[in-house]
Amino acid sequence: MSEELFAQMRQSVIDGDAVASAALAEQALANGVPPLDAIDKGFVPGLTYVGEQFGIGELFLPDMMLSARAMQKAVAILEPVMKAEATERHVLGRVVLGTVKGDIHEIGKNLVGMMLATSGFEVHDLGVNVDPDRFVEAAQAHNADIVGVSALLTTTMAGQRTVVEKFDAAGLRPKCRVIVGGAPASSTWAAEIGADGYSEDAIGAVALVRQLVGA
Amino acid sequence: MRPSFELLEPALIDRVVDEALALLAGPGVKVEEPEAVRLLVGAGGTADGNRVAITQAMVQRALDTVPHAFDLYTRSGKPAVCYGSGAVHFDPGSSGVAYLDPITLEARQSMAADLARLTRVADALPAYDAVSTAIVCHDVPTEIGDLYRLFVCLANSDKPIVTGAFTPRGSGVMVDLLALDAGGRQALADKPRAVFDVCPSPPLTWSEFACRNIMDLGRAGVPAEMVSMPLAGVAAPVTLIGSIVQHAAECLAGVVLNQLAAPGAPIVWGGAPAIVDMRTGATPMGAIETAMIDGGYAAVGHRLGLPTHAYMGATDSKIVDAQAGLETGMTALVGALAGVDLISGPGMLDFLLAQSAEKLVVDAEVIGMAQRLLRGIGTPTETLATGAFAEAGPEGRFLELPETRRLFKSEQYLPSRIIDRQSRRAWLDAGGEDAFGRARGRVEEIMATHPLPEVEAGVAAAMAARVREAGAPFGLGEALPGVPEGFGRG
Repeated sequence: MSEELFAQMRQSVIDGDAVASAALAEQALANGVPPLDAIDKGFVPGLTYVGEQFGIGELFLPDMMLSARAMQKAVAILEPVMKAEATERHVLGRVVLGTVKGDIHEIGKNLVGMMLATSGFEVHDLGVNVDPDRFVEAAQAHNADIVGVSALLTTTMAGQRTVVEKFDAAGLRPKCRVIVGGAPASSTWAAEIGADGYSEDAIGAVALVRQLVGA
Repeated sequence: MRPSFELLEPALIDRVVDEALALLAGPGVKVEEPEAVRLLVGAGGTADGNRVAITQAMVQRALDTVPHAFDLYTRSGKPAVCYGSGAVHFDPGSSGVAYLDPITLEARQSMAADLARLTRVADALPAYDAVSTAIVCHDVPTEIGDLYRLFVCLANSDKPIVTGAFTPRGSGVMVDLLALDAGGRQALADKPRAVFDVCPSPPLTWSEFACRNIMDLGRAGVPAEMVSMPLAGVAAPVTLIGSIVQHAAECLAGVVLNQLAAPGAPIVWGGAPAIVDMRTGATPMGAIETAMIDGGYAAVGHRLGLPTHAYMGATDSKIVDAQAGLETGMTALVGALAGVDLISGPGMLDFLLAQSAEKLVVDAEVIGMAQRLLRGIGTPTETLATGAFAEAGPEGRFLELPETRRLFKSEQYLPSRIIDRQSRRAWLDAGGEDAFGRARGRVEEIMATHPLPEVEAGVAAAMAARVREAGAPFGLGEALPGVPEGFGRG
C-alpha cells in the first residue's frame, strides 16, 4: 500500500507536479504514513533521480526547478506534523545563501540554492542586497554549516571580504565555513580574503559544499 | 543595395511595442531612486512604493525629444562613430575581469598594462571605430576602477571610447577627464568622445545607481548607452520575442527617465541579452539565439528612430579556437545584417569574462568581411560583364584589363596575414602557425610600431593630476600603471 504511494510521490516530483505532490502528502498523513517515510522513501528518491538525470544532461534546469518546487510543497505539508512528533529530517548540512549588500543579482545564487536543495541540503536563502550582519544572524539562527556569499559586480565583491571578517569577529569559524561565488570571484580572490572555498558554477558548488561538510 | 535581413515583420514590431507599453503600464518598472520616482510621477506616472507605472503619453513625449542620430568624435574632432547614420561600427567588448595570456593560455586577473595593450591594438586596427574600457584593472584601487580605465584609454588612443561608471563619484571624475581632453565642458558636449553604458537590471528594474547615472549623464550632455540584458527563461520570458518585449520595456523606461532629466540628450537603444543554457544556467553570448534577440530588438530600435547597440561578435570559448571563430563570425554577421549602429564584443571570451588582444586581431578580419558584405554587390561598370568580355577578347584575358587593376581593390576586401591564403608549402615555410599564432605576432608588431597618441603636455598633466587627486584617498601611488612613460609628467 505504502509502496504504491511512495512510487506516486516519486513520480509527482519527477513530473514537477506540485499539485499532485501536495495531494499525496495529504494522503500520506490521512493514511497514517509517517511523514519522515513519505519524505525519505517517497519524495526524495524523485528528486535524487532528477538530480542524476540533470547531471548526465538528460534533464534540464526547468525540470529541476519544477521538481524542487513540488518537493517543497510536499515538505511544507509534512514538516509541521514532523515537528509535532519531534522527528527530524536527515539533511547533509545546513546552508545559508545570499547576495552581498549593494548587489541585486541572484540568478547564480538561486541556481546554487536549488541544486544544493535537490542534493539533500537544507538551504536558507536570504535573497539579495544582504547586510553582512544578517549573514551572521542567519548562520546562528539556523546553525549553518556553510554560508555562501554571492556577488556579480567587481564593485560589490569587496562585500564578500566583509562577510568573512564578520564571521571571524563573531567567532563562527571554522565551524561554519564561508564560501564565495559570482562572475568576478575566483579561487585567487577567495584565498586573498580568507574564504573557505570558491566554485565557478553551481555543479562545482555542490561538490565543494559536500567536500566541506564531509558528505 | 545594402544587404540586410528582417527578423521581425513590421506588424510584429508593433505588437512588441504594444506589449512593452502594456508592461510599463502594469506591472510597471521598479525604480530604486527617489528623484527618478519623483520625475516620473511629476510627468504623469503612478508610483506604488518604488514600482512606477509609465504611460504611453510619457513614452511618446520622450520619443519626440530623443535624438535619432549623433556622433562620437576622435581626439582631433573627427566623427568616427556615427550613430543612426546607417553605418555599422565595431568596438572591443567591455568590462572583462580576466586577460588571456597568449603564451600560457591562462586567463589571469586583468591589469592596467593589459588594458593599455588592448587599447593600442584597437587603436591601430582600422576595423575598430572606437576603443573601450575593455577590462577591469586589478592593480588599481577598486574605488577608482572606473575612472582609471577611462584614463588608460585616453592616454593610449585617439579614437572614441565606449565606457561606463561604477559610482556617481567615478562618473563625475570621468566627465572631468573627458572635458580636459576636449578642451572644456562645452567642447565635450558639442563633440562627445565617449559614450557611457548604463545597465537596467532584468526584469524591469532600474537600480539606484542606474537611475542616477542615466539622469546625470543626460544633464551633463554626455551620451548614454542602455545595456538591457533579458536572460531568456530565467530573468525574462523563455521566448526570444518575449525577451525582445522586455528589452523594449526596460529601454523605453530608460529613455523616458533620461529625456525627463534632459530633453534632447543623446541615448542609445542597446543591450547584452542572452538565452540561458538550461543544462548549466550559463548565458552564452555566442549562441545564435542570443544574436537573434539582439537583431530583433535592434529592429524595434530602428522603428522607434533610436540609435542602436548590441553585444555581438563574442564567444564563450575559453581560448581563441574554432568555436571562438565560428561564434564570433556568425553573431557579428547577424549584427551587421541587422544594421546595429555599434557592435561591442570583439576580443571577448568566456561569457564576456575575459579579453584577448590576439582575438581582437582575429576579429578585425571578421569585421572586415562583414563590412565588405554590407557594401553589397555594386555595379561600378557600365555593362555588368559584356564590356569586360569585349575588351578581354575571346581568350578571356581579364587579368590584363585596366578595369581589373582599377576595381579589384574595391571589389575585394584584402584580409591581413591573419587569414591564411597561401599554398601549404608557403604556409609551412612561414612557420605553419594557426590564426592564433599569427595573431600573437601581429600584436607584438603593433605594440612595437604603432605610435602613441600625441596628447598636449599640459592636458596630459592636468588629466594625471585629476586621477591622482581622485585616487590618493584610496591608495593610488605615484606610479600610473598602463599609462605611457612620461605621460602627464611636466
